[in-house]
Amino acid sequence: MANKHFLEIKDLSIHYKTDSGLVKAVNNLSLNLDKGESLGLVGETGAGKTTTALGIMNLIPDPPGIIASGEIFLEGENILMLNRQEMRKLRGNKISMVFQDPMTSLNPVMSVGKQIAESIQIHEKLSKVEAEKRAVDVLEMVGIPGERFNEYPHQFSGGMRQRVVIAIALACKPDLLIADEPTTALDVTIQAQVLDLISNLKREQNTSMILITHDLGVVAEVCEKVAIMYAGELVEYGTLDDIYNHTKHPYSIGLFASIPNIYSEEKRLTLIPGLMPDPTDLPEGCSFCSRCNRAVEQCKVHNPALVETDPGHFVRCIHYEEGGAL
Amino acid sequence: MASLLEVRHLKKYFQTPSGTLHAVDDVNFAIESGETLGVVGESGCGKSTLGRTIVHLLAPTSGQIIFDGKDISSPSKKELKQLRKEMQMVFQDPFSSLNPRMTVKSIIQEAMEIHKLYGGDRRRQEQEVFKLMDTVGLAKRLADSYPHELDGGRRQRIGIARALALEPRFIVCDEPVSALDVSVQAQILNLMQDLQEEKDLTYIFITHDLSVVKHISDNICVMYLGKIVEQCSTDKLFEKQYHPYAQALLSAIPIPKVGIQRKRILLKGEITSPIDPKPCCRFVARCPHAISLCSEEEPKLLEVEEGRFVACHLQKIGRAVELTVPDADVVIINQ
Repeated sequence: MANKHFLEIKDLSIHYKTDSGLVKAVNNLSLNLDKGESLGLVGETGAGKTTTALGIMNLIPDPPGIIASGEIFLEGENILMLNRQEMRKLRGNKISMVFQDPMTSLNPVMSVGKQIAESIQIHEKLSKVEAEKRAVDVLEMVGIPGERFNEYPHQFSGGMRQRVVIAIALACKPDLLIADEPTTALDVTIQAQVLDLISNLKREQNTSMILITHDLGVVAEVCEKVAIMYAGELVEYGTLDDIYNHTKHPYSIGLFASIPNIYSEEKRLTLIPGLMPDPTDLPEGCSFCSRCNRAVEQCKVHNPALVETDPGHFVRCIHYEEGGAL
Repeated sequence: MASLLEVRHLKKYFQTPSGTLHAVDDVNFAIESGETLGVVGESGCGKSTLGRTIVHLLAPTSGQIIFDGKDISSPSKKELKQLRKEMQMVFQDPFSSLNPRMTVKSIIQEAMEIHKLYGGDRRRQEQEVFKLMDTVGLAKRLADSYPHELDGGRRQRIGIARALALEPRFIVCDEPVSALDVSVQAQILNLMQDLQEEKDLTYIFITHDLSVVKHISDNICVMYLGKIVEQCSTDKLFEKQYHPYAQALLSAIPIPKVGIQRKRILLKGEITSPIDPKPCCRFVARCPHAISLCSEEEPKLLEVEEGRFVACHLQKIGRAVELTVPDADVVIINQ
């Protein structure tokens, strides 16, 4: 079948079976991404951002994780239907992931050059020598001198290690890069270097990207589209302009207001009271309703659908539903 | 008004196998009562060591710490115990700074017991614990819970309640919100501001997050490799920065807004080693403006305008109040 979009996620639900109950980590999530486009996936701890990413990579640990429903189409092909072997061909080649913690995502007993060459050799029919030559090029592309090929991860600083992780992810020129909090562990001046690097590489290679972060400032710099997640659901989704300048969902509005902003003069931050609901015990209605300042009686029982309020701008809130309590 | 805390030529060195690590190197500042001093800098700049040295979790190598007119640089055991009632600390990681085998109540009560507060009357202490829990927004029913049962925000509230248990006047807050989500971070920041007003507390607020520091501080010290490079009021610093590192640092903050264009100074390389630093400007290797003097002599922290202190040779030679950065080091960010 012909899909318009490069990546299409339809109705994805991912659950974890645990002793304390069924954790509904991701619920009915639908997203589209075009070639060369960047999407910022924003939310707080436990919102389901990383689980979504692992779902796209087909790396959900099973057990306890199960993909309860949904389809993920990459260039028209449902990758959830692929067998292990086919998926391994895709991973690192067409889809790559940059993990959050550069300290633990590298092999400490293997030189960084070899780690880059490894993924090249797996996916491309190249000799060891050729693969290593490519690895040196990739290292230099991310701003690490080729002479450091034989050094080990512990000899690099945090920022440099993250560059190595990015180099591994980009070694096979993936079509889709999933970056899970790639700069969270880094200092701001180093973060600036890494963001600059990611944006340049993305532009040069026309890579699509999903950037997972809790930092709305980073998203504003790198992405064109934003999806805001709360308790496993998308609550708002649209272009940067839609989300930042025409924020609609009460949670998104609360999120923006609670960030200290160097441009604002406010002495007190606006709060979102309370905490995110327990994912083993999600409320029947809207999952945000207990913290929402616009909640009405209906919110407790009715979980609103994701509604397109303007072209491309989706909101999950009763106040924007047709015939909703406006 | 006399300062509540004054730090003079404070140094903290560590001996390591590869040499002497200058974690805090000749730092001077003063804090007025009721004020918040923000200390910002990147990992390894010595900001946490500075905080820990001030509250005597680490003994200073040299220099003076003057608290409320008294020199507390090398207190006796007895004096130190008294000092704990005056100055407390809130730690960064609410997961590792609480004893996992103690209940919320006993964590907060422990210091009261040690100091035999309220005449050593356990029931009175307990009442005070409940009052404190209420102050920091912890429900009374959580008194017998253990830290692992609670989320990060609640745990940080315990850390704050524990710091308040001895009714100190001065609290060092070492990255108290950096492990928290933004909506919880806002709750804790507001709580800390309320407490400051209510109890007339004085804070040193250590953080790497410049947006947080702008929100909460009256004055700011920017640290780089053990040294203060720029120090002034928060408003002045965010209006204009004189030190090239402060400029780069502020330009690197991601801003959650779209439709703006701004210049970002991209620093080359990374923070250099704090072990046996050469007697020159510590920022020289990454500085886009470095002149030969910078690698020959260490700049002193000088008052360049009223209330603004900067440690940079370019200021002394009268150049570059408005530093212009070479184009190669600037990226334009269109958001």
